[in-house]
Amino acid sequence: MSLTTHFPLCFLFSLFQMQFMLLFSRQGKLRLQKWYVPLSDKEKKKITRELVQTVLARKPKMCSFLEWRDLKIVYKRYASLYFCCAIEDQDNELITLEIIHRYVELLDKYFGSVCELDIIFNFEKAYFILDEFLLGGEAQETSKKNVLKAIEQADLLQEVRHRMKSK
Amino acid sequence: MPAVSKGDGMRGLAVFISDIRNCKSKEAEIKRINKELANIRSKFKGDKALDGYSKKKYVCKLLFIFLLGHDIDFGHMEAVNLLSSNKYTEKQIGYLFISVLVNSNSELIRLINNAIKNDLSSRNPTFMCLALHCIANVGSREMAEAFASEIPRILVAGDTMDSVKQSAALCLLRLYKTSPDLVLMGEWTSRVVHLLNDQHMGVVTAAISLITCLSQKNPDEFKTCVSLAVSRLSRIVSSASTDLQDYTYYFVPAPWLSCKLLRLLQCYPPPEDGAVKGRLVECLETILNKAQEPPKSKKVQHSNAKNAILFEAISLIIHYDSEPNLLVRACNQLGQFLQHRETNLRYLALESMCTLASSEFSHEAVKTHIETVINALKTERDVSVRQRAADLLYAMCDRSNAKQIVAEMLSYLETADYSIREEMVLKVAILAEKYAVDYSWYVDTILNLIRIAGDYVSEEVWYRVIQIVINRDDVQGYAAKTVFEALQAPACHENMVKVGGYILGEFGNLIAGDPRSSPLVQFNLLHSKFHLCSVPTRALLLSAYIKFINLFPETKATIQEVLRCDSQIRNSDVELQQRAVEYLKLSSIASTDVLATVLEEMPPFPERESSILAKLKKKKGPGAVSVTELEDNKREGGELNGGGDRGPDTAAMAASNASTPSPSADLLGIRSAAPVGAPPASTGSLLVDVFSEAGPAAPSAAVNDDGFLRFVCKNNGVLFENQLLQIGIKSEYRQNLGRMYLFYGNKTSVQFASFTTTVSCPGDLQSHILFVPLCSETKPSNRITQWKAITSSLSP
Repeated sequence: MSLTTHFPLCFLFSLFQMQFMLLFSRQGKLRLQKWYVPLSDKEKKKITRELVQTVLARKPKMCSFLEWRDLKIVYKRYASLYFCCAIEDQDNELITLEIIHRYVELLDKYFGSVCELDIIFNFEKAYFILDEFLLGGEAQETSKKNVLKAIEQADLLQEVRHRMKSK
Repeated sequence: MPAVSKGDGMRGLAVFISDIRNCKSKEAEIKRINKELANIRSKFKGDKALDGYSKKKYVCKLLFIFLLGHDIDFGHMEAVNLLSSNKYTEKQIGYLFISVLVNSNSELIRLINNAIKNDLSSRNPTFMCLALHCIANVGSREMAEAFASEIPRILVAGDTMDSVKQSAALCLLRLYKTSPDLVLMGEWTSRVVHLLNDQHMGVVTAAISLITCLSQKNPDEFKTCVSLAVSRLSRIVSSASTDLQDYTYYFVPAPWLSCKLLRLLQCYPPPEDGAVKGRLVECLETILNKAQEPPKSKKVQHSNAKNAILFEAISLIIHYDSEPNLLVRACNQLGQFLQHRETNLRYLALESMCTLASSEFSHEAVKTHIETVINALKTERDVSVRQRAADLLYAMCDRSNAKQIVAEMLSYLETADYSIREEMVLKVAILAEKYAVDYSWYVDTILNLIRIAGDYVSEEVWYRVIQIVINRDDVQGYAAKTVFEALQAPACHENMVKVGGYILGEFGNLIAGDPRSSPLVQFNLLHSKFHLCSVPTRALLLSAYIKFINLFPETKATIQEVLRCDSQIRNSDVELQQRAVEYLKLSSIASTDVLATVLEEMPPFPERESSILAKLKKKKGPGAVSVTELEDNKREGGELNGGGDRGPDTAAMAASNASTPSPSADLLGIRSAAPVGAPPASTGSLLVDVFSEAGPAAPSAAVNDDGFLRFVCKNNGVLFENQLLQIGIKSEYRQNLGRMYLFYGNKTSVQFASFTTTVSCPGDLQSHILFVPLCSETKPSNRITQWKAITSSLSP
């Protein structure tokens, strides 16, 4: 059955929609899953399983785009992690590649030379950073400085409280 | 980089994650997780109230366990409690938990909405953003009901901070997508359009996505955005790379914003105002010019960003389809990309060119690249790229290059990936029919298709070739001769036997004069394949045999001998047995006149749109195929390949319009099909094909009867099914009591509205049956499953 049978009618009139973003290791372990359309847990697991398999089967020199069910998949590998976005027919593939890159840059700046382990041990931070950059699958702030400022502000809030507590 | 938590790291969490990673087996992992779950459960239930930090830590652990793939059925209450903490990180974790583990408990929903309401009115921008993010992530109906009127207010209020505006815009977008009826247009809409002029580029970036979506549904309301978008785009495109500061990405000014602006413009026709239009054309020309300039950076990010804008601009040019100069330039640019080093660019160029191919201004320009595309089909290592090349060949095909393209596609088919073969077969069949000037070429092509990819040649394809051969006297002899030769191959596909059997049965007389294809030779050839074939094919062959008896009386004895033998008249398959017995009888008792009348040559089929086209559309979905198809139908006009009784193409075009379900149009069609029992009204999504009576998918009253009778012996099963609806029945009987459940399944991708069912009880039965009120559930995956329990007390 096609993927679109899973999605409610309400999403069908919007031609532009990033449907989900997955980060997974070369062994197929899911490190981050962000869903921008409503799906049951069962459907999410099925999609994840199949898509991870499909992407891992790709060879290194192949192009970064592939058609999967009714969606376009844009993916790129950074070290041991695959970053994978599912977009719709009318979406712009190249700009999505750069969305992935920008996200990696943000993680890199925040963690300082980010690696997979950072995302494993600070998974909640990865979600927070993603939410400052993309919301509902759309870019909300494309200035790297502004996104990082927002995240660091939040961290600062916590530190101020800690310092005040320990006084 | 040290693998420990950063910032206010929860030590216990890090230890737990390490433990999990160190588990040597799945069992060990499950054991460790269960231990932790038990621990957390006891902590949550404990007498001592947990402090915020501990609660946060445990909720985070639960989240981690859930994200690993295990089910979590508690912790929601604690997460919701975290929302009311005034510590930012505690709130944050609470919000993250509830947006990942969405719970439909109404009490929890009430509490969550309350917390969100508090944060939204807190005037603390960081808290407001957290709340807005949560709404955008969850986007449930309940949240829409609670906040859909509040968010537009926040968005356009003068004192809202920029970061909050950004989140509000995209939050509203999400709500609009899930519950468009709850987001009402109002005073705020004109203010939203003016966000396009905002000083803060981030606000513009976020607002644009909202405006784009809103304008698709309310184009008039938002049409002032067009000129604003054009000026904004113009300013960005002509800016130096230092102007936009942090919004410049690898020397490309505001690429995301530029792409979004170009995307917004694709929601509207070309601007009517001459000045605006002029400015836009200038803009597009600048973008095309920049593509020819040497790159400012060697980094792939620079070229990706630059080309992203370029491709989006080309999409806009294609969408307008009104500036020949721009279209040709776009085509040339894509032509350059076809031979680019980078696979991504070749892929995108092939994809973009497909749409260009259907524009009358650029169709010829696209065709000039045919050799490059054929080369790509043959030599590209990546199957996705090869597939784009095949799609482009299909799109650029017309009378002048059809033979060449079909030949290339056939040879590609020989080694193509299995997953794409069926689609390729359909496309080749369509092209062959559409552009055949010489029908013997068409017949050859289809037979080649069967030979190369027989398994993927669906019924529609070989039905069609037979239809065409029946309708065209001039190709019947050729067809007979060609299938005869094809059948001589030692291993020939069953579909070939079907086609061959039918054609020889009808037109074998045209080649019977030649001793090499004399009647008996033909019969023996067919019969040699008989035992290798499936039942439906054998049935077809038996029909061919009786036709032979009519055409070639000299074969009567031989064929009767075959019909008479036990393996035919006592065949365990009812259809075969019946045919053998009846044909045998017919051949014995009917006079030659009667036989000749019964087995007269098939009359021509009435002309209708090919069901192959409908099948291809069904396969690819409305987007991918329709543009080309419709354009071709429009262009080719009323005649398909000169001559023959062809129905008017306008009918075909109207039909294919109807058969491409656009989201708004389809609803009406579906609604009319909803009531059970009435024969489902054709939504036009599949035109009735000549063979539809024979086809298994034919929905008719007859199906109901057949299905119904089964339930004399069976309690459960599918009572009725067509493309829209499936009705299942489950019944239980004990002594004098019986109970039946009817399940209605929605097979479409759209929601049924006003779905009603009626059950009619004949006569006496009415008094013996109790109806339990209808329960209906609309599951999130959009299937309406309704149960109707009928308890019947039947008197003994």
